[in-house]
Amino acid sequence: MNFEFNDDQRMLRDQARRFLLDKSPPAVVRETLETDQAYDKDLWRQFGEMGWLGAAIPEVYGGSGLGHLELCVIAEELGRALAPTPFASSIYLGAEALMTAGSEEQKQSYLPDIATGAAIWCLALSEGPRPATEKNITTSVSDGKLSGEKLPVADGDIADRAIVVAKDGAADGALAGLYIVDLNGAGVERTTVDSVDPTRSQARLVFRDAPAEKLGDEGWPLLERIQDRAAVLMAFEQVGGAEVAMEMAKEYAMGRYAFGRPIAGYQAIKHRLADMYIQTELARSNCYYGAWALSTDAAELAVAAATARVSATEAYHFASKENIQIHGGMGFTWEFNCHLYYRRSRNLALALGSQRRWKDRLIRALERRNAA
Amino acid sequence: MDFADTQDETAFREKARSFLAENAENKANAKRTNGTGWNKDEALAAAQLWQAKKFDAGFAGLTMPTEYGGQGLSPIMQVIYHQEEADYVTPRGVYEIGLGMCIPTMFAYATEAQKQRFAKPALRGEEIWCQLFSEPAGGSDLAGLRTRAERDGNADDANWVINGQKIWTSGAQFSDYAILVARSDFDVPKHKGLTFFFLSMKSPGIEIRPIKQVSGAANFNEVYFTDVRIPDSQRLGAVGEGWKVSLTTLMNERFAVGIAPAPDFEEVFDLVRDTELEDGPALDNALVRDRLADWYVRQQGLRNAHFRTMTALSKGGTPGPESSINKVVSAVKYQDISFFGTDMQEMAGIITDPEIAAMDGLFQTGVLSSPGYRIAGGTDEILRNIIAERVLGLPQDVRLDKEGAFRDLPTGRD
Ligand SMILES: Cc1cc2nc3c(=O)[nH]c(=O)nc-3n(C[C@H](O)[C@H](O)[C@H](O)COP(=O)(O)OP(=O)(O)OC[C@H]3O[C@@H](n4cnc5c(N)ncnc54)[C@H](O)[C@@H]3O)c2cc1C
Repeated sequence: MNFEFNDDQRMLRDQARRFLLDKSPPAVVRETLETDQAYDKDLWRQFGEMGWLGAAIPEVYGGSGLGHLELCVIAEELGRALAPTPFASSIYLGAEALMTAGSEEQKQSYLPDIATGAAIWCLALSEGPRPATEKNITTSVSDGKLSGEKLPVADGDIADRAIVVAKDGAADGALAGLYIVDLNGAGVERTTVDSVDPTRSQARLVFRDAPAEKLGDEGWPLLERIQDRAAVLMAFEQVGGAEVAMEMAKEYAMGRYAFGRPIAGYQAIKHRLADMYIQTELARSNCYYGAWALSTDAAELAVAAATARVSATEAYHFASKENIQIHGGMGFTWEFNCHLYYRRSRNLALALGSQRRWKDRLIRALERRNAA
Repeated sequence: MDFADTQDETAFREKARSFLAENAENKANAKRTNGTGWNKDEALAAAQLWQAKKFDAGFAGLTMPTEYGGQGLSPIMQVIYHQEEADYVTPRGVYEIGLGMCIPTMFAYATEAQKQRFAKPALRGEEIWCQLFSEPAGGSDLAGLRTRAERDGNADDANWVINGQKIWTSGAQFSDYAILVARSDFDVPKHKGLTFFFLSMKSPGIEIRPIKQVSGAANFNEVYFTDVRIPDSQRLGAVGEGWKVSLTTLMNERFAVGIAPAPDFEEVFDLVRDTELEDGPALDNALVRDRLADWYVRQQGLRNAHFRTMTALSKGGTPGPESSINKVVSAVKYQDISFFGTDMQEMAGIITDPEIAAMDGLFQTGVLSSPGYRIAGGTDEILRNIIAERVLGLPQDVRLDKEGAFRDLPTGRD
């Protein structure tokens, strides 16, 4: 057993961290937060050039063919740096979906542009403030034309293509399928919507007879498999963010004096920081297991992914909110960076569906495993 | 990153598997034990028998040096053995302190002849060890101990005379040997006046009085010392350096104490699957599922963190204070799961009778035993302090006990 990243992977992590400290410091993140800009195009282009976007995409499809463990390493760094780019949408969801279910032709025609960053992809699933379930989906496809409304779609306003979850036919009880829609083509209307975390864009997409191309033969089970893959990668982002929130809280607590000594010396603060450490370490350990399952396509992936996600969501939630608390009034200012992590933590916690549903999903996966 | 066993590991795993299959009862077929305590002669005899079997088959002291009866294997093999053993019912507890803390401390400080003399009988389960650390004056504040160690005469190698009292000593009632830390100098600062020993628990002048616990069992004891004599050759470390030696023991303790016992996720999952609530199967209840998921991710987090620690160990690292996480998380989980398990049994959850209570009363036993796990081996609060100070590097609490003679420190009892 070797339950660690290897030397090359650790080197990649160090490089990525240095690069992002330089190119995606809080000032850059704030550009996206405080202006109409939907993402940092410059950063995005460089991710393509460095081969990060195609890290897990095989070379025959234009990727750098490093692998999923390397992608996990990069994800953690993106999470630390809050990189304002559509990485999760395009890579964890778009590219993973194509690699999981795309036909040879689809992989050849779509993956190379994803790997360079020339094309941005996204996943359109949710249809407003209710759980996205197979039964609840109303968007439908008939004769290759897709109609319906999706809200919110992360990066839907800037993406070139979306994988849309829609019913095959308008009949009641019709099953869901996955469809690729060209968002720059006919029958698509999109608007940006405000969100808790403006460093990642959210959109409303309205489809009226938009031409749609089928992706894969299965519908909902395929969607869940793609989400499992994305959940592991996103959990690395969450752990990266949680760790920075913890570091910020620690540094502030060491330097801030109250009643004659650093607040870091008071147990109410010390123990909270210890709890941040405990939660982050547990989440990190679960992420490693998820990374292993992802990179080996293990039968355990469903359980491992939900485990990583649930604990990473919890860790980030705790660290980001308590980071503000430990900063006192400063933590509640726009000027301090605490809120950037707080926002992102909420964003990632909701991005693939709520904590409640992932816990439910975890137990479902365990029930299945037990029955087998 | 992989979980694949190497060839050696595969071979070892197979060996462990067949040893366990032949000699122990698989949990899947076994009736659950519900923590009757160690005092029953049969329980002790069963533990001794099991330890001897393990030793003879080459599964005791897996990471200890072969010249002292150990197996000289890497920590990974220990993980593999624990993984396999987890599926079986095996007696636990009696040897954890001796093999987990006392013997490793002996390895660090005893003479060659002493190591030769004591390691093997401990590994075979022929001699049981206990840890004489905590005192009425302080468990968390271990260095505040007041048991007196005085030289019997002025010679450099004069023997020692011990007077005082220890408390909460697990297993003292059936132990053969013990490690002991006592105060040899009351006139220097607290941490500088301690000296460390090992001694026979049959020494004249030792009196052991069992203490009944919340759980009803009496696994721990008061131990009184009246002019107990210890040869100077049984001193571990230099005079006045007992604190340093204690830290070796405590480091190993954090590593040895580890995971709290059942009920853990598997047991509560089993219970839930067999439980019918007012609105249908408990497993379909959203609140139930939410709690189950919380415990599963914690359990797995610990398991996966353990794999990381072991990977580091096999590359030559030492167990760091990170393993404190284990105790903090698993003790609280143990208590929470026990409470929840009795909740699942509604009003009848209060009944401990194994004929009536679900799963032979496992959750009721947990309710009554779990508080001890949050205290023993470092309380929740002390472990959080350790993580905060040693891992995160935060400042120590304000301390009033670092300077001046120990005898002048306030005790609240004057
Ligand atoms: C089942 C069991 C088995 C045991 N076995 C052994 C054994 O074999 N050998 C042995 O030597 N000891 C043993 N102990 C003793 C154990 O190590 C002590 O009980 C423990 O360290 C706590 O010490 P205390 O009981 O004196 O409580 P105290 O130290 O008085 O603690 C009381 C409360 O104060 C809190 N507290 C204390 N100091 C601080 C601080 N600085 N900051 C914040 N909170 C603080 C504690 O967390 C606790 O909540 C055992 C205990 C139990 C319950």
